[in-house]
Amino acid sequence: MAQETKIRELDRVVVRFSGDSGDGMQLVGTMFSNLSAELGNEIITFPDYPAEIRAPHGTLSGVSGFQMQLGAKEVFTPGDKADVLIAMNPAALKVNAQFLKKDSVVIIDTDSFAKEDLEKALFTTDDPFKELGLHSVQVVAASITQMCKDCLEGIADNKQALKNRNIFALGLVCWLFNRPIEIVEKLLSEKFKKKPDALKASLAVLQAGFNYGHNIHASVSTYRIETTPQKKGFYIDVNGNKATAYGLIAAAEKAGLQLFLGSYPITPATDVMHELTARKELGVKVMQTEDEIAGICTAIGAAFAGSLAATNTSGPGLALKSEAIGLAVIAEIPLVIVDVQRAGPSTGMPTKSEQTDLLQALYGRNGESPAVVMAALSPTDCFDSAYWAAKIALEHLTPVILLTDGYIANGSSAWHIPDLAEYPDIKPPYVKPEQLAQNWQAYTRNAKTDVRYWAIPGTEGFMHRIGGLEKDYDKGSISTDPDNHQKMVQVRQAKVDKIADVLPLQEVLGDKDADTLVVGWGGTCGHLSEAVADVRKTGKKVAFTHFRYINPLPKNAEEILRKYKKVLVIEQNLGQFAGYLRSKIGGFNPYQFNRVKGQPFIVARLVEEIIKIIEK
Amino acid sequence: MNTYEAKDFKSSQLVRWCPGCGDYGVLSSLHKAMATLGVAPHNTAVISGIGCSSRLPYYMNTYGFHTIHGRGAAIATGAKVANPKLSVWLATGDGDCLAIGGNHFIHAVRRNVDINILLMNNKIYGLTKGQYSPTSARGFVSKSSPYGTVEDPFRPAELAIGARGKFFARIIDTDVKNAPDILVAAAKHKGTSVTEVILNCVIFNDGINESIIHRDVRADKTITLKHGEKMLFGKDNNRGIVQDGFNLKAVTIGEGGHTLDKVLVHDAKTIDPTLHLKLALMDGGELPVALGIIRDVEAPTYDAEVEKQIADVQAKKPSRTLRDYLLTLDTWEVK
Repeated sequence: MAQETKIRELDRVVVRFSGDSGDGMQLVGTMFSNLSAELGNEIITFPDYPAEIRAPHGTLSGVSGFQMQLGAKEVFTPGDKADVLIAMNPAALKVNAQFLKKDSVVIIDTDSFAKEDLEKALFTTDDPFKELGLHSVQVVAASITQMCKDCLEGIADNKQALKNRNIFALGLVCWLFNRPIEIVEKLLSEKFKKKPDALKASLAVLQAGFNYGHNIHASVSTYRIETTPQKKGFYIDVNGNKATAYGLIAAAEKAGLQLFLGSYPITPATDVMHELTARKELGVKVMQTEDEIAGICTAIGAAFAGSLAATNTSGPGLALKSEAIGLAVIAEIPLVIVDVQRAGPSTGMPTKSEQTDLLQALYGRNGESPAVVMAALSPTDCFDSAYWAAKIALEHLTPVILLTDGYIANGSSAWHIPDLAEYPDIKPPYVKPEQLAQNWQAYTRNAKTDVRYWAIPGTEGFMHRIGGLEKDYDKGSISTDPDNHQKMVQVRQAKVDKIADVLPLQEVLGDKDADTLVVGWGGTCGHLSEAVADVRKTGKKVAFTHFRYINPLPKNAEEILRKYKKVLVIEQNLGQFAGYLRSKIGGFNPYQFNRVKGQPFIVARLVEEIIKIIEK
Repeated sequence: MNTYEAKDFKSSQLVRWCPGCGDYGVLSSLHKAMATLGVAPHNTAVISGIGCSSRLPYYMNTYGFHTIHGRGAAIATGAKVANPKLSVWLATGDGDCLAIGGNHFIHAVRRNVDINILLMNNKIYGLTKGQYSPTSARGFVSKSSPYGTVEDPFRPAELAIGARGKFFARIIDTDVKNAPDILVAAAKHKGTSVTEVILNCVIFNDGINESIIHRDVRADKTITLKHGEKMLFGKDNNRGIVQDGFNLKAVTIGEGGHTLDKVLVHDAKTIDPTLHLKLALMDGGELPVALGIIRDVEAPTYDAEVEKQIADVQAKKPSRTLRDYLLTLDTWEVK
């Protein structure tokens, strides 16, 4: 039987699990990606949630998806279109039809494709495939619900059987990819270790799904993905929000400080708080506060008291925190603000991702109020970016806004557990006792960096008052002197500008001698990398640079941007970074490609656009 | 333990409140209270929001943080939770604390974080030059209410106790004789203490408290409550508070058959807040305004509970570094 099926050897394959938001698609998606990672594939995943927690059953608005791309190497994105779709109901099929490759495999549960199910998904005929124009897909029409019931007869009731449809689909997918189900069995045992009955049912259904695939006479393609050796060591699957939390913990550990998070729940940022508040064994203190403002203000209080302090939020929350960020700027307090960007304005589309908070992060405050702005590049880069954000905040006594986004926050990939010895030290500029005899004041600065010294409450002799009022440059007392204000405004700006001295230089990838340079920033790095690689495969030359540090820019940024004949800035907004670069670099005038759909870029579309610029 | 004097807590900054402002008295009482408490200036942090009273940290030789409007309670909370060893004070006014900062105030009180809130209530916005505040009486005429307000004020005790407050006291700005002792008790109380200061704004709301605190009437218009003592007041100390059905009543001992044994004995420690609230709402009309410690109930504090929870988890889970923890997860090894 199995030998009758065609085996396709692929570099990369895209799988999408889709069903009602209550169908457990995220769970089986995660399990399949963990299993594949464990077998040595590179993986990028992306969950796509509906806004409603439980939308009406079987409707288009209730479809929840989980997409992943697996490959031997160079997997940068969850992929544009799916090779394999698991559609648990007609609505899932309809919503995902546009994301299918021509000859993809589509697995459906025929028991949920009855007339009334089709009507709920607004189909008007009884042949959904024909209606959607899906003529060349290979359909595996399995009576999943019934088979779950049969398999669990005498073991569990029908309700339990329905709950296990996703596990049946997972078993079937394991067969499709020649994946051993033992690893899934291990994952299920872990998940249901306190529910032996549920475990027994899920294991039985998993096996049934796998056997079904093995036994059907269908001639659908199965897949074999090569694996490649990776860096030695231990790995886990991590999403961007967890990696952000781990990066902050790592920085606190390296600096020898307590980590404090003040936080208010907001999609899609809340998982950072979930992770940190569970890490009490590592001494992390987390406050779930009464609002966004208290989230940042408790963090400011904690920073004043000597902690590595952070707050996490999304766009609307960042707006609420603006005034307090200004306080951290003028009081010169170390603080990390993580903004997991989502589609705006206002409430916008909370579960969808875009890069539209850049200007808010750069300029969204009263007065001349410079803060460091950075952007994480990928789920795993959230770790390094959070670490660096904390390092800069602590060493330069400044708020640092770290922009991530819903896409990298929820997307995951395999992550090599780091050895912190390989990370740079974090050394805050604490006051030294001898400074007391040297006329130390609250705003006495290091002449080279313009950073003031940090006297933490509890330190004898260094009692001082800071606050939101302008201070005298020398004495640290309140001042409304005009010349002093000019001087203080400039020194706060200079302090942030000088951080460029310690930042890594910007790198150019691809063909450095090309005419065209592709520029991106933040969480679109995977899509741009893949697009640039695909363009180069066509024999065309293109250079690529992707920014993590935005304010200040790396020291060589201007030199790089001026070097290329044509520069194309690609971002998920209407051109915020392009505009920022124009304002920083006189006469610089790049091409732009902007999409603001709340969805990740489509690589094929980027390739088209890049080639268009190259051929100009 | 080191001993301190009031001057050890005074900073060198010139105090810039208006001459005759009630804040001077509060500052002086606070210096004295801190000396009595004996916590070192470097282990003390005074935090404030915005407003006249929020200038107070600049006049303290402690660690100080003059923050933004209304957010002092949240910032003080963060400082205390981060380092529970600090003695943390919040200087705030009726606008800062009960209008723009109302949310942070009630949640700080609800959490019972161990900070001391000095609520300087002069029923007016002074720094913005004379608008009505959330504690101004209905009908109050000010620059922003030229025809009188058409809204009821907050009564701070109602908010504090409504937010499940465990400590509420009241002092008079100029009463530098008695106020320091109350502030010492507020500081010693574990949990959020709220001390309302009946305060005069000499410029925009001068004399509003005179009908209660003037030398000639104070004995009859106020009562100083002390835990375990009879609620007696009046020039001759012959008036008392008794229960009258569901209400309180002020009576004169020996008149109308009222005897001393019917006079209530103050119990600040009782958990039920009903009578505390009734006492706190006495307004100087039929009943005298209550001064002193009205409520002082023990309960777990937020900052200590946070530390306890961490200690409890650490007793059960061995990981102390990020790497140790990550290796307990669902890892796989590439060899």
